[in-house]
Amino acid sequence: MAKFGNSGSKKEVPGLTTASMSDIVFMLLFFFMVTTSMRETENKVMVNLPEASEVAKLERKDLTSYINIGSPIASLQKMYGTDARIQLNDSFKTVDEIRDFIAAERDAMSEVDRQYMTVSIRADADVRMGIITDVKQELRRCSALKIMYAARKPAQ
Amino acid sequence: MSKKTPELNSASSADIAFLLLSYFLMTTTMNQDSGLQRRLPPIPDENQAVEDQKVNRRNIIIVRINSADRLFAGNEPMDVSFLKDKVKEFLVNPNNDPNLPERTPKEIEGFGTYNVSKGVISLQNDRGTSYKAYIEVQNELVKAVNELRDEFAKAHFGKAYLSLNEDQQRIAREAIPQNISEAEPKDVSKK
Repeated sequence: MAKFGNSGSKKEVPGLTTASMSDIVFMLLFFFMVTTSMRETENKVMVNLPEASEVAKLERKDLTSYINIGSPIASLQKMYGTDARIQLNDSFKTVDEIRDFIAAERDAMSEVDRQYMTVSIRADADVRMGIITDVKQELRRCSALKIMYAARKPAQ
Repeated sequence: MSKKTPELNSASSADIAFLLLSYFLMTTTMNQDSGLQRRLPPIPDENQAVEDQKVNRRNIIIVRINSADRLFAGNEPMDVSFLKDKVKEFLVNPNNDPNLPERTPKEIEGFGTYNVSKGVISLQNDRGTSYKAYIEVQNELVKAVNELRDEFAKAHFGKAYLSLNEDQQRIAREAIPQNISEAEPKDVSKK
């Protein structure tokens, strides 16, 4: 109990050192920088992916083009209605415009990677197959044959 | 006594790091892309005469989903939960049923000959079918093939398919091919 004993000296409580706090936060920062990817486009359609237990992970994210299909988000429904629409990049497009989109995406890739190009169809679970069949036919016409039906693993 | 160098005040560096951290939290996404991968058939050449690929009747199972999301497999209505077993039976043909697909021996590199089923699953859908039902059926078909590959792997390599090495996985893939044909869309509204 010597600590409490020497009443004569004026010992201050040592300040909590915050020097390591920044290191901890930086560590967190690096974790998030590594595990996440930049959000590229703003969603204009609501996509609630269907569930499938046999999903496989996408290997090369950089070789993937996304086609979003679903009904417009609530703030855009006044303008566009609730009918299912196709979103490419940042705007609503028609089926015919997929051709240009695929061509543009192809051009952006290197010669070697073009054969591995995957088109990910991210469609809402409530969308009718008609629009998806149209998209699939158009993709076949552009010979973008490698596709993926985006789905999520059901929560166990 | 030498003078102590004044310490750099590092209290704010944590704040700066937090700011950066929250910036990355806002602008990035973490979602893993996953899905069912497929290869679409190339579009048939218009100049080429349309030759009907006559697949032997017994080698094909037609899985059809109508606009009310009802499922027909091999011309009988069926619940999705039974589809997997039906497809597995179709692909395996354990009793050499003449109505189920034939199996022909095929030389697989690095394994030997194996009786590979010639069965093809033809998936047809209506324009009014919901995407959810479609994916559900696709998923069952993939599941059937995956389970067969797993059984093959267990029987021949004593391990689950996913823990095989790349070469063994290729053998299993060749022994149990995933022949799912997504038919040309046709007008099925009159049905």
